Amino acid sequence: MTTLFATIATKAPLILATAEEGEAKAFSDGGILASGAWLIPVVPLVLAFLIVFFGKRSPLKGWGMAVTALGFVAVYGTVLFLMNLGEGITYEGAVWLADIGTTAFGTLSIEWGWMVDGLSIMMYFLVGVVGLLVFIYAKGYMEGDIRYTWFFASFTLFAGGMLVLVSAPNLIQLIVGWELVGVSSWLLIGHYWEDHENSSAAIKAFLTNKVGDAALFIGAIIVALTVGSFRFTDIMEVVASGGPDSPLATYAFWAGLALFIGAMGKSAQFPLHVWLPDAMAGPTPVSALMHAATMVTAGVYLIGRMFPFYLAHDFAADVRLIIILIGGATLFLMGLVALVQDDIKRVLAYSTVSQLGYMTAAMGAGAYTAGLFHLFTHAFFKGLLFLGAGSVIHAVHSNNMSDMGGLRKYMPYTFWTFVIGSLALAGIFPLAGFWSKDEILASLSYASGEFPAAEGGAGAANLVLALGIVGAFVTAFYMTRAVYLTFFGKYKGHGHPHESPRVMTYPLVGLAVGAAFAGLLNVPGVTDLFTKAVGARFVAVLDHHAESIDYTIAVLGGGAALLGILLGYRLFAKDAPTQLERDRFSIPVLYPLLRHKYYIDDFYMEGIIKPVRGPVARGVDWFNGHVIDFVINGAGILARAVGKVVYAFDQGAIDGAINASGAATSLWSGVLRRIQTGRVQQYATLIIAGTVLLVGGLVLFQQI
Amino acid sequence: MGWLENGWGLSLVVFLPLVGAGAVLAIPKANEQAQKMSALVFAGASFVLSVVLAFQFDYGRSMDFQFGTDLSWISAINSRYIIGLDGISLPLLVLSTFMTVLSIVYSWEHWPEPHNPKAFLSLILVLATGMAGTFVALDLILFFVFFEVVLLPMYFMIGIWGDRNQAKLPVFRRTIEMRLYASIKFFLFTLFGSAFMLLGFLALYFRSGNFNNGVNTFSMEVLSEIGRMGVWGGTFGFWVFAALFLGFAVKVPMFPFHTWLPDAHTAAPTVGSVLLAAILLKLGTYAFVRISIPILPDEAHSWAPAIGILAVIGIIYAALACLAQTDMKRLIAFSSVGHMGFVMLGIATLTDIGINAAIIGMVAHGVITGLLFFLAGSMSHRYHTREMARLGGNQKLMPIMGGILGFTAMASLGLPGLAGFWGEFMSLLAAFNPIDGLSDNLFRTLMVIGAVGTVLAAGYLLWMLQKVNFGEPGEEWASHTFHDVDGFEMAAWAPLIVTIIAIGIFPRIVFGATNDAVVSLVASAFGG
Repeated sequence: MTTLFATIATKAPLILATAEEGEAKAFSDGGILASGAWLIPVVPLVLAFLIVFFGKRSPLKGWGMAVTALGFVAVYGTVLFLMNLGEGITYEGAVWLADIGTTAFGTLSIEWGWMVDGLSIMMYFLVGVVGLLVFIYAKGYMEGDIRYTWFFASFTLFAGGMLVLVSAPNLIQLIVGWELVGVSSWLLIGHYWEDHENSSAAIKAFLTNKVGDAALFIGAIIVALTVGSFRFTDIMEVVASGGPDSPLATYAFWAGLALFIGAMGKSAQFPLHVWLPDAMAGPTPVSALMHAATMVTAGVYLIGRMFPFYLAHDFAADVRLIIILIGGATLFLMGLVALVQDDIKRVLAYSTVSQLGYMTAAMGAGAYTAGLFHLFTHAFFKGLLFLGAGSVIHAVHSNNMSDMGGLRKYMPYTFWTFVIGSLALAGIFPLAGFWSKDEILASLSYASGEFPAAEGGAGAANLVLALGIVGAFVTAFYMTRAVYLTFFGKYKGHGHPHESPRVMTYPLVGLAVGAAFAGLLNVPGVTDLFTKAVGARFVAVLDHHAESIDYTIAVLGGGAALLGILLGYRLFAKDAPTQLERDRFSIPVLYPLLRHKYYIDDFYMEGIIKPVRGPVARGVDWFNGHVIDFVINGAGILARAVGKVVYAFDQGAIDGAINASGAATSLWSGVLRRIQTGRVQQYATLIIAGTVLLVGGLVLFQQI
Repeated sequence: MGWLENGWGLSLVVFLPLVGAGAVLAIPKANEQAQKMSALVFAGASFVLSVVLAFQFDYGRSMDFQFGTDLSWISAINSRYIIGLDGISLPLLVLSTFMTVLSIVYSWEHWPEPHNPKAFLSLILVLATGMAGTFVALDLILFFVFFEVVLLPMYFMIGIWGDRNQAKLPVFRRTIEMRLYASIKFFLFTLFGSAFMLLGFLALYFRSGNFNNGVNTFSMEVLSEIGRMGVWGGTFGFWVFAALFLGFAVKVPMFPFHTWLPDAHTAAPTVGSVLLAAILLKLGTYAFVRISIPILPDEAHSWAPAIGILAVIGIIYAALACLAQTDMKRLIAFSSVGHMGFVMLGIATLTDIGINAAIIGMVAHGVITGLLFFLAGSMSHRYHTREMARLGGNQKLMPIMGGILGFTAMASLGLPGLAGFWGEFMSLLAAFNPIDGLSDNLFRTLMVIGAVGTVLAAGYLLWMLQKVNFGEPGEEWASHTFHDVDGFEMAAWAPLIVTIIAIGIFPRIVFGATNDAVVSLVASAFGG
């Protein structure tokens, strides 16, 4: 295997170019559009609050405000995106909030700001446009929901949080957005919280993310204290100018690793992926947005934002070996799990995890453009697929493909758009997924020659390239299975399914257009619009990207996908009396392993969560009551026993001497006795004893 | 406005509540309305005045004591009435007057058994004077007096209005009424600590003459100047710091001196828990910043690793203990130990970032946990139980209450954008680079463990919400009708909610006052 890919690798440098170092490009500052871009996160956030308070009384029950917010972002984002395609915009706005202390580099401050550059503009556009379509769709899907208004409030907050995250020019604000996304996802996943399972899924998502967040905190802390600033531009300046002796470089590996673990949480990388499939408990529009433009993209975005840091040899380049391997493991292992799911949303969920693995692997390989390009195209087709699945679920009232079949006839819009989405996801020429997946595979093969990380980097890149090609096959296979089981054969469910209302099908068509054509922004050798657009940064990102097509890779990748479709067709096209009989994929050993998701979820539950919540927590509580309090209660009881002895002595021997203070004591306690028990006298005695002790101390110290 | 600035203003903030307590006591028992009104007026006046001072405060020199005075008090021991306000005490003073007003508003219609508003209100007001006084006192004896004044009202609040259920003492197999056990434990535990603290104060007093032209003094400022010279001497300094540490650590409370707290909180009436959590716990941490560090900087430096370790043990220990609780109020009480662990970790780094973190952590914990105790109180008032297993579906029965509980729990787990985030995040930040001379490796380990603590904290709060708020209401509540949040509750809680959000998105509300003061404190103590 190594030899096969080694030949590809030697060819790669001919067709991939690395942006030249120190390339000084003149970018536009974006004018008033950029300086006013703080509105992009603020409008949704403000409207989210307004929906909470006024949504129920408004004519559209909050949907109007929500869709206004996303419409605003979509328009603003599109204008910026088009402008950026033209000339490239870099702008950073900041408002000083407070100083929080000093570091070796001077005062450390926290700021609120907004970044308007190629990377964030791409995200504004994506969140705005995909989000708007999902929000429109949600009007139909959520009709009659018990918490309709509340849903749109949290959904708008979710989008707003994501926009805070991608607009952040500093790590603190990124963390704010990061956790806003986390908390609103918790609200949305647990939307139907009457059911214990749903609120558990929400907690699972929150806690898994929180594990990543803790690492993100540590990464941000290390970077901030070794640079003296939370600002990305300051950090990148250190990366660009600082050598191996700069303080940041000393800790760069740990900082890079910690930040990446944070990214793993949000972007659902193995082994922190477990929350994403369970996040299906939320309403389908949530899944659509969560898996497409928001939340799961945050991790990849963070690596993109910190990209020069990960690329520079003196800094976190070694972490990329870990990144590429984690990405490879995720894309391969989780793609396989998608094969055995019955729940159509779970097929798509595991597919998302797998596709995020591709993006991560690309980032690890040093291919900024490729990783982000796949993020971009994936947002369209995965959003489309989820909305399509939602449309199906809306029609048959079940998530399970075993209750579906034959829906092609009843739901033509849904069917055709779903097929386009599936083909795009499978990476079939010339749909969006083909171009972005090809770019990733090409960059992996390039990386195997150029990978700068520690020893074994080339081997890792080769291995991940192989996994990526096999993954392309697996992707095509499970999507074919999903399409056939859902739309072909005879309908096996209950009732009479029907096409969804137009408010739901139009967004499908809109996303299908994106899924078909988004890939044309970057066609190697023809156009590199996307590369240029996301390359508009203050500091050159220096990634490598394809400048002409590598036919070997294209044929391998595309061929694997075709093979997957062919096999899927062979296995699933034929109808059978039940869906279960149609679903003829069961390889011994592998099948049960996949059904149990490699036992990872079980391990977390039985191996970590339950012991911590059970024996460990109870042990600590026991210790509190039986050990610490034993000492304290014991001391108290002992003191009382001693007190009784002393009291007897007091009554017998020195009664007269204490009378003076005793009179005052009994007067006081006489007053208090009416509202309290008689014990106050004991405390008063104790206070007097304390005073004696103190006077003793006084005398003692005076001697020193 | 000269009178405002020459000590009168500050004195009024401190003593108006005490005058109010007298006024309430003078009103006949039957006239409850008048008692409530006068309590509110006096506490309100104290609060308004503290806000006026906050506006008059010169933030450009927040490291200096302002609005202060220095009068002869107990001349025999040269203890003086020295008060003053700097950037460190200002936020805490305002917090204490603020929480007092809210407590009175909340109490308006929520009286724990055995009722008696007259006694209850006057105790709150005495408490208010003690709390405010502690934050402005700049003389050790004056500080000690205020510090101790706080004890009695709280003792009576727990002992009289507290939980009447029977508590079983493990190991000793005794049963005792919860309120009695908790109040005695609270009182004696704290008194035990303060005895040592007073010893420490006296030791400083008698030693100070050697370095102050033969004049013994309790003045914190003078003692700090001596501390800066580093002349206390090793053994002496060690024992004095140990004595002060014991006094303050019990009050904070730090592991392993914390066990009075869950009992006291659980047994206390709602307002008692609120004030206990919001203000009383801050007296200890404040004293570390105000007294231990400036007066005994070298000793603080050598004790810092131990404090840091105990703080982090407290974080993890409290989080695990929380996971085992079945009683909602007790869970919140344990969570306080964890939050104060973050505050102490910040202080232990001895850096300006860490101490800034500690102060914003104190303020945030005050408003957040205060609100949580209000909520726990109102809920147990309605359900007549605090057992989380029996609650459940609260979101359905009382949507507004449930919503506020959810919001506050999020704030408590340190959600960025809300007040609780800054203290937690920044004390971890500070732990990466503690002050020179402290072990980086140790504190970085503490940082990582502390970060794990944030995950556990999210765990217990989310599971609490799941048990209490989510799911279907139990059968036993089927025939009940529940009143969602009433007007007085809203009036007491809305300001807290606003404060939590305001500090979260605009932390300069706190840092604007503290930063310069803290930077200068650290610089003068450690020559930074």
